[in-house]
Amino acid sequence: MRRIDRYLGAVFAGATFTVFSAFAVTPSQAATVSISCGAVGQELELCRTGAEAWAKDTGNEVVIVSTPNSSTERLALYQQILSAGGSDIDVYQIDVIWPGILGSHFIDLAPYTDGAQDAHFPAIVENNTIDGELKAMPWFTDAGVLYYRKDLLEKHGMAPPTTWSDMADAGAKIQKAERDEGNDRMYGYVFQGRAYEGLTCNALEWVDSYGGGEIIDANGEITINNPQAIAALDEAGSWMNEIVPEGVLNYAEEEARGVFQSGNAVFMRNWPYAWALANSADSPVKDKVGVVALPKGGADGKSTGTLGGWQLAVAKYSDNQDAAADLVRYLTSEKEQKRRAIEASYNPTIKALYEDEEVLAANPFFGSLYDTFVNAVARPSRPTGDKYNRVSSAFWNASHAVLSGKQSATDALADLENQLKSVKRRGW
Amino acid sequence: MAQGDVASTGVKRPPVPAGQAGAGRPPKAAATRRSGGSELTRAKIRSAVLFLLPMMIVLALVAGWPLGRTIYFAFTNATLNDINNYEFIGFDNFYNSEWGGLLKDPQWWNAVWNTIWFATISVTLETVLGLIVALALNMRFPGRGIVRAAVLIPWAIPTIVSAQMWGWMLHDQFGVINAMLLGIGIISQPIAWTANPDTAMLAVVMVDVWKTTPFMALLILAGLQMLPSDCYESARVDGIAPWKVFFRVTLPLVYPAIAVAVIFRALDALRIFDLIYVLTSNSADTMSMSVYARQQLVDFQDVGYGSAASTALFLIIALLTVVYIIAGKVDLSGEKS
Repeated sequence: MRRIDRYLGAVFAGATFTVFSAFAVTPSQAATVSISCGAVGQELELCRTGAEAWAKDTGNEVVIVSTPNSSTERLALYQQILSAGGSDIDVYQIDVIWPGILGSHFIDLAPYTDGAQDAHFPAIVENNTIDGELKAMPWFTDAGVLYYRKDLLEKHGMAPPTTWSDMADAGAKIQKAERDEGNDRMYGYVFQGRAYEGLTCNALEWVDSYGGGEIIDANGEITINNPQAIAALDEAGSWMNEIVPEGVLNYAEEEARGVFQSGNAVFMRNWPYAWALANSADSPVKDKVGVVALPKGGADGKSTGTLGGWQLAVAKYSDNQDAAADLVRYLTSEKEQKRRAIEASYNPTIKALYEDEEVLAANPFFGSLYDTFVNAVARPSRPTGDKYNRVSSAFWNASHAVLSGKQSATDALADLENQLKSVKRRGW
Repeated sequence: MAQGDVASTGVKRPPVPAGQAGAGRPPKAAATRRSGGSELTRAKIRSAVLFLLPMMIVLALVAGWPLGRTIYFAFTNATLNDINNYEFIGFDNFYNSEWGGLLKDPQWWNAVWNTIWFATISVTLETVLGLIVALALNMRFPGRGIVRAAVLIPWAIPTIVSAQMWGWMLHDQFGVINAMLLGIGIISQPIAWTANPDTAMLAVVMVDVWKTTPFMALLILAGLQMLPSDCYESARVDGIAPWKVFFRVTLPLVYPAIAVAVIFRALDALRIFDLIYVLTSNSADTMSMSVYARQQLVDFQDVGYGSAASTALFLIIALLTVVYIIAGKVDLSGEKS
């Protein structure tokens, strides 16, 4: 009996101590803010270091929530949390096409930013403004660019291509020459061909480079079924199994980078983040890579790139809105964007940083491709509103069908037009 | 096969509370053996109901409620953005003259066709292979226990994990499958298993067969171990050829076990999701009904339309199962001997 009493006493004392210490330790102001970060390339690491620096400055705590690489899946995850009113994540990293879809779940950041958004690219700020409320702060911008192997082009006496057909020719020649020399795995070109949002970005670039419009124009009219768009998709289809490995039909960003960075592709379409990684210390292609704007669609075409990029937003359901908004302010500040640009080639959204010497020294192509970043072609997320995902999915499926040889571009785009008409009848 | 179904012997059934009619099999069967309506019988039924009640409540909460909600949402235009504001739109999600609806969506029918194709091929292969494996495991040989346990490993790995693992193994650039095939000279170019529309479905079927054959083997093995040994002894005495013994004795006797195993697998295969989603994402070449429903519901935020697809999926699976049970004369209750 005695012993039991003693045990009970110890347990009771322990419990009391725990309860009291819990009250005692809880600080009065510090908050724990959770932020969702992507994990493509060095994203997660950068996000962690940035958020932890803020936490140290302010005495708060941060929790990093890593989310799926595929933006399609990330959106699905966000929607499940947000539509349930969940407070699991305070700060959301959202894609440039999502403010329209998710905006209703986010707070207006304008009261917290002290006008800081005026230093950012106005087009992105406008994109993030819904009904006069600043739903998200621009964090980094993106546009598709063409990576090429400087050493291989020099070796075979070629200049970086300016049209898609130049690129295909150069890719085919170098692929053949390199394979003859014993590198069986060499391919001409890799891009993002999986049936997901990334293919929409790639295919929109082909179509736009031929002057084939933006799938749906600003007034919501369906414009995709036109001869230029057909020519663009036909040309992309002709690369398959010639200079492009068939596996591209299931590649997202990181798979494409894997092939290119292992030294097995001459050209790659990707976002700017791949620059810092391709030139990192352990990269087999370090210092052998160049970046130019994406090729034109024929001699009369134009160089273009799909506007990408990510924003930071604070959920209405967050328990720590003030701290969360302050974290957003910190992460989108000039200092933090500069660090991200130098360390990992994330394009700043602050105009002034494109004239910063340290940024340009780390990323020489930021200067030469400035126009591409500023004039990138936007996906039709504004005119289509919450139907955008349907539109994008129909478009990537049509593109995928052309790439895999299941349909001709003419048939695929005619089908696509009908499908989009049917989506439009439900209103966008 | 004797038709000694106790429930149909003509004895008057005791009153069963509404809603419990289907669930009270064992007590009901026990009750009908005695003279109906005695005090003892009623007490037994009361305690049976009492014991079943917690399970029924849990089932209603975790299975009935979501199913009911899904069917309810199928007749609304609810979206994920604002799930509390919606209107009833009748059968518009299924069929309407304005934008078509589910029944006029070629993508949906493509998904239905993919699912049925996948289920037929994979379940057939798994049954045949499972039977072979079960017959082998039913033999006496040294180390049988270890082999039986080892065979189960693919089934024990979570689908998501094995799907991702196979995704890497099937990768066109650094996958081990291509390396092996290239090494022995069967192919000259790496095959993009999950990307090529001609091989994507085959890849999915292959992984599913790898994963689920052990499950079939286990169920069939259980059936094999129940078989009476006297048939085999007389067959041996009469000197019947082994293949004849298999087709005339083993197969007919083990058929009920196979039929039930096939139902389990078919139900599973018809709602295939994780394997296809991990291997090939939302690609139309391999999209199953579940992948379609998820895409509508989550990616397109269309809770109403996605629920309509889920409801249709539910109805199609129910219909196919009923057809199979009737056509295959499957005995699910196990009351026929």
